[in-house]
Amino acid sequence: MTILIFLLLAALTIGCAVAMVAQRNPLYSAIALIGVFLGMAGIYVTLAAPFIAAIQVIVYAGAIMVLVVFVIMLLNVEEEVRRPIRLRRLVPLGVLLAAIFFAEAAFIIYFVETSAYNPPPATQSNVGLTASVGTGLFTKYLLPFEITSLLILMAIVGAITLARRVSTLEGGRTRLRATEETRSQTSAD
Amino acid sequence: MYRLWVFLFGEGWLATLATFITATTAILIVGPLMMMLFTWIERRGIAYMQDRKGPNRVGPGGVLQPFADLLKFIFKEEIVPDKSTRFVYFLAPIIAVTSAMMTLIVYPFGPRVTLPYFGQVELVIARFDIALLYVLAVTSIGVYGIALAGWASNSKYSLMGGLRSSAQMISYELSLGLSLVGVILMSGTLDLYEIVEQQSGWYGFKWNIFPQFIGFVVYLTSAIAETNRVPFDLPEAETELVAGFHTEYSALKFALFFMAEYINMFTVSVLATTLFLGGWNVPGLALLFAPGSIPFAVFSVIGFFVKVFFFLFLYIWLRGTLPRFRFDQLMAFGWKFLLPVALLNVVLTATLVWLGVL
Repeated sequence: MTILIFLLLAALTIGCAVAMVAQRNPLYSAIALIGVFLGMAGIYVTLAAPFIAAIQVIVYAGAIMVLVVFVIMLLNVEEEVRRPIRLRRLVPLGVLLAAIFFAEAAFIIYFVETSAYNPPPATQSNVGLTASVGTGLFTKYLLPFEITSLLILMAIVGAITLARRVSTLEGGRTRLRATEETRSQTSAD
Repeated sequence: MYRLWVFLFGEGWLATLATFITATTAILIVGPLMMMLFTWIERRGIAYMQDRKGPNRVGPGGVLQPFADLLKFIFKEEIVPDKSTRFVYFLAPIIAVTSAMMTLIVYPFGPRVTLPYFGQVELVIARFDIALLYVLAVTSIGVYGIALAGWASNSKYSLMGGLRSSAQMISYELSLGLSLVGVILMSGTLDLYEIVEQQSGWYGFKWNIFPQFIGFVVYLTSAIAETNRVPFDLPEAETELVAGFHTEYSALKFALFFMAEYINMFTVSVLATTLFLGGWNVPGLALLFAPGSIPFAVFSVIGFFVKVFFFLFLYIWLRGTLPRFRFDQLMAFGWKFLLPVALLNVVLTATLVWLGVL
């Protein structure tokens, strides 16, 4: 049963990933990316990491991708027109990088298969359970966790500062000055 | 062939398959049935409050009216807007109704019971470690149904409606999630079955509604906003707008959105019952029957559904009573009042739990 579920989820994930890159409509790409996240969440569940799966769906599929879809909807991004490939010289480099990546993955799998270290079966680990994630986050990795949250807080404050509207009085005065300037310019003309 | 079968499904695949089919069928029957029953109750209830009769022609008292409506929906003309993005246009209602139905499997609706042939059974379809997070995750996927429906129709009214409703749902999702944190802190688990079991005893005074009253009120308010109901029904706003995100949807596709909304109301009520009103616990029932016996289970299940229907009745009640919010009022209320109160509740509960009071 597990292998069948894994095959289905893997097919979903890979299919959606390919579709995400291949689609020319940005919204289709976004939907495909949501599919990738959902498929990966399913795979996490089969690896006995339900907490990570739920967080993956809540944070990535539920929060971040909603923002992406919002932006695409609001900006009404058009379908990308097919263009001649620029940077044709870089194609061999891309192929080379892909080959290196595959070689690395194959080496790691080979290494794990032949190594003496015998990890416990994936379905019995407790890495992804709520309790283990919680205790790890608030004891052993407390400092990195706190630093990360501080960084995110700074990002939020920064975004608000950048996006904050100037107070109405000040804005009104600037606008008034601008209109006066244009009026004087037109009268001078 | 058999070896391939075993390789794919593993040993004991028959049991797995049977469980899977039972669960799926249960959802596919219970979900729409509840929705149909509730639309009828709502129409009759609203009619009663407004001093009219409501649908009372089809079947005894009009019970079969929802089935007549379903037939009508099926035979309506199917209209697809010319310039719509067809794939997404058809995907949106499916996402909405699927994500609404998926949460139904995790709710425990009865206690442990000893059945003649099966032995001890927990009355819950799927019990797992992170049930509450699962509910939140699936609910957060439901926003796409609305957002994509608004976008794919290629109509400016739909787009504005979709943006409005998804902005509303995203805003109130925060306070909804935060209002649940108090309960999680108190019970120390995300497993809904265990949360319910911890609330049994003390003649109903162990229900989370007593220590978590603020959380309960915040949850109820944001849940009503999440399901787009009066007084937060801006997405539909039938007296002001044509319709919201579903302006361009007709026939059965519209019925799917309708169904998703009502199933969402049902699941939200079930979650409120499970987390705050002690789930299937009926005060004093253990005095009458032995826990684990069949009558105990039957009365517990009845008690559970009575509580759920209380919440559903609350929806009708509100709809008959309250006027609608304005959009800026809605946003200000959600962000400037509900969210701080929910955060305060989290801090308060955490402090009390840390001090060992709760």
